[in-house]
Amino acid sequence: MQHQQDHHASAAAAGLAKTPTGIRGLDDITLGGLPKGRPALLCGAAGCGKTLFSMTFLVNGATAYDEPGVFMSFEERARDLEENVASLGYHLADLVADKKLVVDHIHIEHSEIEESGDYDLEGLFVRLGFAIDSIGAKRVVLDTIEALFSGLSDTALLRAELRRLFGWLKDKGVTAIITAERGEGQLTRFGIEEYVSDCVILLDNRVEDQITTRRLRVVKYRGSAHGTNEYPFLIDAEGITVLPITSAGLKHKISLEPVSTGVDDLDAMLGAGGYFRGSSVLISGLAGTGKSTYGAAFVDAACRRGSRCLYFAFEESPEQIARNMRSVGFDLQQHADSGLLRFEAARPSIYGFEMHLARMYRDIERFDPQAIVVDPISAFRGPSMEIHATLVRIADICKSRGITAVFTSLSTVGDQMNESERSVSSLMDTWISLTDMEANGERNRVLYILKSRGMSHSKQLREYQLSDKGIHFVDVYAGPEGVLTGTARLAQEAREREASKARQQNIQKMHRELTRKREAAERRIAELHADLAREEDEVRRIIEQEEAREATLGSDRSTMATARGQQHGQ
Amino acid sequence: MTSDAAVPIPDPGRYKLCLFVTGSTPRSARAIENMQKICDENLHGRYDLEIIDVYENPEATRDLQIIATPTLVKILPEPLRRIIGDLSDKERVLAGLNLAPVGAAHNRSK
Repeated sequence: MQHQQDHHASAAAAGLAKTPTGIRGLDDITLGGLPKGRPALLCGAAGCGKTLFSMTFLVNGATAYDEPGVFMSFEERARDLEENVASLGYHLADLVADKKLVVDHIHIEHSEIEESGDYDLEGLFVRLGFAIDSIGAKRVVLDTIEALFSGLSDTALLRAELRRLFGWLKDKGVTAIITAERGEGQLTRFGIEEYVSDCVILLDNRVEDQITTRRLRVVKYRGSAHGTNEYPFLIDAEGITVLPITSAGLKHKISLEPVSTGVDDLDAMLGAGGYFRGSSVLISGLAGTGKSTYGAAFVDAACRRGSRCLYFAFEESPEQIARNMRSVGFDLQQHADSGLLRFEAARPSIYGFEMHLARMYRDIERFDPQAIVVDPISAFRGPSMEIHATLVRIADICKSRGITAVFTSLSTVGDQMNESERSVSSLMDTWISLTDMEANGERNRVLYILKSRGMSHSKQLREYQLSDKGIHFVDVYAGPEGVLTGTARLAQEAREREASKARQQNIQKMHRELTRKREAAERRIAELHADLAREEDEVRRIIEQEEAREATLGSDRSTMATARGQQHGQ
Repeated sequence: MTSDAAVPIPDPGRYKLCLFVTGSTPRSARAIENMQKICDENLHGRYDLEIIDVYENPEATRDLQIIATPTLVKILPEPLRRIIGDLSDKERVLAGLNLAPVGAAHNRSK
């Protein structure tokens, strides 16, 4: 988020004016919206939401930004269009009556058209210009202009005219969305991206494992930074939500303020007097150990303090949860009635992970809760990497907003850590494990705190009971398990001592080895020095001998000469 | 049937035509000229031709679904036909107006 804001600031400084789409998330990804006064291309396969997307751009412009808009539909008739977008809560007729919107259906019927000689698309320009001027439009949508190619045969002329049209739109200073069908091997079927290149957004609708996920990607945004990932988006009765999956990073503010768990004894065990505000809590446990009850206790306590809570239910309906929790003494219905508690229930299999994430993000943003419960995360089935990514994002979203999040997870006997637990354990600040223990012919529910960052928490196993008065802790449990833990720890310490001793011995051995090598090297250096000295002596001795011999020879010669001279002289 | 007698029955063979042009560009002038000629030669007074300048009357483009200019719209007799271009290809214009031999009308290859 921080990263994005930095970009935001620099984009603003650079002076690239933008037109907000008012679509949640998209304006974050594009750091402010579409390029103001320019056409942007929105492409995607049939049925991926191009029309709804672009209509939302106009409706938001008309209602939220006081920018009237023109919708030129080349495919759907105005009436059909009106009915289709009514599902998003848009009342086009009212906007048209208020002169905030013009919807013009351009009907091209190939069979009624005969071509005879030269023509251009001036008629379209005049028609569009008239619509723009009639309401002072600032936004224009052409959906889907490629339909012209099926009605008119001269594609070379069409291309030239489209290029002229986009230039003309720029001159008009309107911010436009041009929609186009996805083509084979290129972004659009007729290569429109060649002409509209300031901003290109790609919509995609993929089906994986029978679950559909809509995704959006900003392929290109000339002169502006933008998020480059694929972002999931959601179209439902609430409109369009794009989920900017930016890693919230680790910059969020932390709080030392405790938030009650709703169970007094557990607050005491945690040391700090509850969970930290804004922390992520995992409550994992076997079936029937009361995971949801702990979640409900937390929600009940939060609502009693007047905090807003959002409860994401993936296995039970809200009514079912309210009824079940009433039997253990938590009246969640009253909080729901007072508006402090809100349930969002959905089967995990109806959407992909990213869709769930998008939905949850939107719900969190709208309801603005101080606490959320996700019950349970183990309901998500799929590749652990995806589950992990989804949960990281939820945890990040909550942390960045200071929302205390409680996640429950179902464990199975023998499998101490299931896929979703393993993938999220490092994310969680507090991890409470619920299990049942068999002793003296009975099963008892037992709780222990696996970890709780930044708190000096109790390490004890505690037995608890669920009754119509809520969760009640009983005396400290001291069974064979605890003893085992003790001996295991002792054994571990002994092993560590052994290992440390061995390591020290090893180091000493290495020291000795090194000393020995150094001594050997020094000995050899000394030998070499000695050899050298010996050789020097030898050489010097030979030189001296040679010199002596030279001298002797010289003197012999002179002696001989003298002797000869004497002979000659005779 | 008797009530119809009071209203003059429109000539079923009479043509109602609209020609959309863009001001006085050479292409517009050419289209108008070609149209006049075709009317004179083939319709012999059995027509009403209205020439509409889209610059002066932009809302008319919406009513008759005009995108290209020039466009000749044959409103009557039905079915409605649009002939786009400067009408220089007389064969095609006649085909569009259902005035050509049957074979030619069906042979509108692209």
